[in-house]
Amino acid sequence: MASWQWFHRLGSPRWFYEKTESWVPWLAVFAIWMIVTGCIWGLAFTPPDAKQGNSFRILYIHAPTSMLAMSGYYLMAISGAVGLIWRMKLAFMVMKSAAAIGAMLTFLGLFTGAVWGKPTWGTWWEWDARITSMLVLFFLYLGIIALQEAYRDQDAADKTSAILALVGTVNIPIIYKSVDWWYTLHQPATFKIMEKSTIAPSMAYPFVWMILAFYVTFAWLLIMRTRVEILKRERRTTWVQELARD
Amino acid sequence: MHPKRKQRLIVILFIVVVSSAGVGLTLYSLGNNLNLFYPPSSIVDGTAPVNTSIRAGGCVVPGSVERSTDGIDVSFKVTDGAVQLPVTYNKILPDLFSEGEAVVLTGKLNESGIFVATKVLAKHDENYTPPEVSDSLQGSGEHQAVCEELSYDS
Repeated sequence: MASWQWFHRLGSPRWFYEKTESWVPWLAVFAIWMIVTGCIWGLAFTPPDAKQGNSFRILYIHAPTSMLAMSGYYLMAISGAVGLIWRMKLAFMVMKSAAAIGAMLTFLGLFTGAVWGKPTWGTWWEWDARITSMLVLFFLYLGIIALQEAYRDQDAADKTSAILALVGTVNIPIIYKSVDWWYTLHQPATFKIMEKSTIAPSMAYPFVWMILAFYVTFAWLLIMRTRVEILKRERRTTWVQELARD
Repeated sequence: MHPKRKQRLIVILFIVVVSSAGVGLTLYSLGNNLNLFYPPSSIVDGTAPVNTSIRAGGCVVPGSVERSTDGIDVSFKVTDGAVQLPVTYNKILPDLFSEGEAVVLTGKLNESGIFVATKVLAKHDENYTPPEVSDSLQGSGEHQAVCEELSYDS
């Protein structure tokens, strides 16, 4: 069927590698520029919060990394599902690359949360539903990374970690709704889907900017890591060996 | 779609739905045990255990904070709108602690119905406003939205 052709072409690691060759430097420059300008905007040109003072500014790192840790999980799980259904090698490589980036972002989210919690709440850590479910997300990411290394056979490793990734998707709505379903120390979401956001516009613009910045950064890191994974797994093919010879 | 792929898709959807339902039902049956704290009303009416360490959460009643003159002992009342729970505490309060703001307390309820706190955490809300805007609002926005809606007359 002709309509599926683009999809099958996407399954070719070589095609992906060659296509993304020219994207990487542009994405890198764009991502770093967005992060740097967003940080300067959030740190220097945004008013302090009336109650929390300057400590609220960590929101500009804390919330985007935590959001990306969650949406990155969906990307990873969907890649795993595509890999399982279509037996697509590239999808599994994307899944593996997303796991490492997701684990890093989750750690950053937890770490910045602890740093923010100490001056505002008065504690680094509290076992409330939001923080605990976020820790579970971190362990899920680590589990997928560990499973990838646990098998000698790459195919078995891919299938098992894809199933773990898919089973773990249940945790994402739990993290998202934990602050509404249970009494927690963590505050509810500032950006709401159905209602008005509860942040002043002068503080919201750099927030939106930083969210976009982290999406671009995620895309950049994902493509870069996937390219490395392609070279690693396709090292015995003639095209990679020719590439290495040049 | 190829029938074999369709079959694999159905298996994957089945795994996701069944595992999500399992986790969902587990959380549902755990229910209130997943709450970080008890609201004052379930402490006053005896739902929460006495003489064991529990957490309580609520809003500090404006005007109820009394500091002792010869130490750092402090007493105040927290409310969820229905009842007021008297609290005593003898350590340093977090910076964000103030009247009309939410707190999460760890401690024990003694026989005379006073909550003896060993730890006080300030719970901040999801609203962010610059100081100038907050000053011009006067009254509304001064306290946490969740505490603002409560009636303190009970």
